[in-house]
Amino acid sequence: MARAITTQKKIMWTVLSWGIGLLIFFPIMWTFLTSFKTEATAISDPPVWFFFDWTLENYAAVLERSNYPLALTNSIVIALGSTLLGILIAVPAAWAMAFVPGKRTKDVLLWMLSTKMLPAVGVLYPLVLIAKYFDIMDSRILLVMILMLINLPIIVWMLYTYFREIPGEILEAARMDGANLKNEIIYVLTPMALPGIASTILLNIILAWNEAFWTIILTTVNAAPLTKFIASFSAPEGLFYAKLSAASIMAIAPILIMGWFSQKQLVRGLTFGAVK
Amino acid sequence: MATEHSRSSARLMIAPAVFVLLVWMLVPLIMTLYFSFADYRPLRATFETWIGFDNYASFLTSSSFLSSIGTTLWMVGSILMITIVGGVLLALLLDRPMFGQGIVRILVIAPFFVMPTVSALVWKNMFFNVDNGLFSYLFKFFGAQPFDFLSQLPLFSIVVIVAWQWLPFATLILLTAVQSLSSEQLEAAEMDGAPALSRFWYIILPHLSRAITVVILIQTIFLLSIFAEIFVTTNGAFGTRTLTYLVYQRVLESQNIGLGSAGGIIAVILANIVAIFLMRIVGKNLDN
Repeated sequence: MARAITTQKKIMWTVLSWGIGLLIFFPIMWTFLTSFKTEATAISDPPVWFFFDWTLENYAAVLERSNYPLALTNSIVIALGSTLLGILIAVPAAWAMAFVPGKRTKDVLLWMLSTKMLPAVGVLYPLVLIAKYFDIMDSRILLVMILMLINLPIIVWMLYTYFREIPGEILEAARMDGANLKNEIIYVLTPMALPGIASTILLNIILAWNEAFWTIILTTVNAAPLTKFIASFSAPEGLFYAKLSAASIMAIAPILIMGWFSQKQLVRGLTFGAVK
Repeated sequence: MATEHSRSSARLMIAPAVFVLLVWMLVPLIMTLYFSFADYRPLRATFETWIGFDNYASFLTSSSFLSSIGTTLWMVGSILMITIVGGVLLALLLDRPMFGQGIVRILVIAPFFVMPTVSALVWKNMFFNVDNGLFSYLFKFFGAQPFDFLSQLPLFSIVVIVAWQWLPFATLILLTAVQSLSSEQLEAAEMDGAPALSRFWYIILPHLSRAITVVILIQTIFLLSIFAEIFVTTNGAFGTRTLTYLVYQRVLESQNIGLGSAGGIIAVILANIVAIFLMRIVGKNLDN
C-alpha cells in the first residue's frame, strides 16, 4: 500500500516538474519552432505550433547576410582566445597557490576575486581611451584581452579548487624520485589536472561567448561577435521574426549544448567554492 | 615540505596573473578617478583638470541619479525576490523522486546559457510585442485587450527577462545545497509528526540559508551591471535607466566624461559594499 502511494506521488511530482520545466524552456522552444516557419506563418493569428511547412530558408537567409559568418568567427576567436590566454596565465598561478601555499595565498585569492566585482562602468572611458590610443578599437585582440581579464579570477579560482583536490603526496613522491618542477608539471600534475582544466575551459568559453557589455560597446563591425550581431536585429524591418529566430538559434545552440555538460562546473565556478 | 627554492618559483608562477590583474584594476580606475575631478567634455573641447568635487556634487544631486538608484533597487530587488523564491521552490521540486529528472534539469537550466541580447530580443518581439507577441494572442484568446508591455510596464518587462535568465542559476545552486541535506534529519522530523511547512521552516530553510546568501550576493554583483537587456529593449527610456546605464549614457552618449566618471566611481563604491559581504563568506570557507 505504501509503495502504491509512493508511485502515485512520483507521478504527481513528475507531471508538476515537467510542466514547470517545459514552461521555463518554452521561449527557447518557441524560438526554435519559429526559426523553421516562413515570415508570414511566424506572425499568423492564431499562432501555429507544429503543423506548418517546415523550411530552412531563414537559416539560408541569415547565413547569406554578409556579416553573419564574420560574427560567428569573431565569437569563436574571442571566446576561445580569451579562455586559452587566461588558462595559460592561470594554470601556473593556481598550481603554485594549491601546492605551495604561503601566508598570503588566501589574501591573493580574495583580492583576485575582488577585481571581478569591479563594475564595468567604473573603467569604461579609460578603456575606450586606451583602445583608441593603441588603435585597437573594434579589434579581436582588444576583446580577447578584456574578456581574459574579466574572467581570469574565475579561471584561477576554479583551477585552484580542482588542484586542491589532487593529493600533494603524489607530487612529493615525484620530487623524491628526482623530478624537477618542469617534469612534475608535465608528467604528474597535467594528467591529473586535465579534467579540471577542461571543465574550466568549458565554463569560461560559455561566459565569454555570452558576454554582452564590452562586446557591444567596444565593437562596431570588424570584431563584432554574435552578441552584437543579434543586437543589430533590434530595429525591426518589416517581417523578421523567423530570421531573428534562426539567427538566435544559431547563436545559442553550441553554447546550450556545452552548457548542459557543464552544470556541475557552473556551481563550482560561479560560487567560488562557497556552495558544495 | 615546500623548500625555499619551490617558494620562490611559486612566486614567479603567480606573478603574471597578479601583474595583469593589478594593471587591469589600477590603471583604468586611477584614470577614472582622475577624470572624475575634471571638467572633460571632448565634444565641446573642454578640458579643465581640476574642478574639485563638482562632478560628484552635480551627479549625486541630479534627479536622474536618484531615479536611477530607485530603478536599480527595484530591478535588482524584484529579480532577487523572484529568483530566490522560485529557486528554492524549484530546487525542492527537482529534488523529489520523479521520472526523467535529468531532462527536467536540462530544461530548467537552459535559459542561463542564452546570450543576453538573444533573450532580450526574443522576449521583446515574440512575447511582449503588442501586435504579434504571444502574450497579445493569449490576452485576445481570453477576450482581453492586448497590452503593450514594454511601454506600459517597461521595468516589469525587463525584470521578467532577466529573472528568466537567472532563475536557473539560483535553482542550480540551491539544488546543490538541497541535495547535501541529510535525509535522516528530515525523516526523523517526519516520524515525529512535524508538518511539511514546519519541516521546511525549521530544517530546510536554515540549511539553505548560506547558499541563499551566496546566491543573493553573486546575483547582486552581476545584476548591478545589467546592460544588454536594457540596451536592446528600452535603451534606458521609460524609467528603466539604472545606475550602470546612466553612467554609460553620460560617458558615451552625452560625452560628459567628468560627470560620468564621478558616477562610475560611485558605482564602484556601491558595488564594493556588496562585495565585502561576499568576500567574507568566501574567505571563511577557504579556511575550512
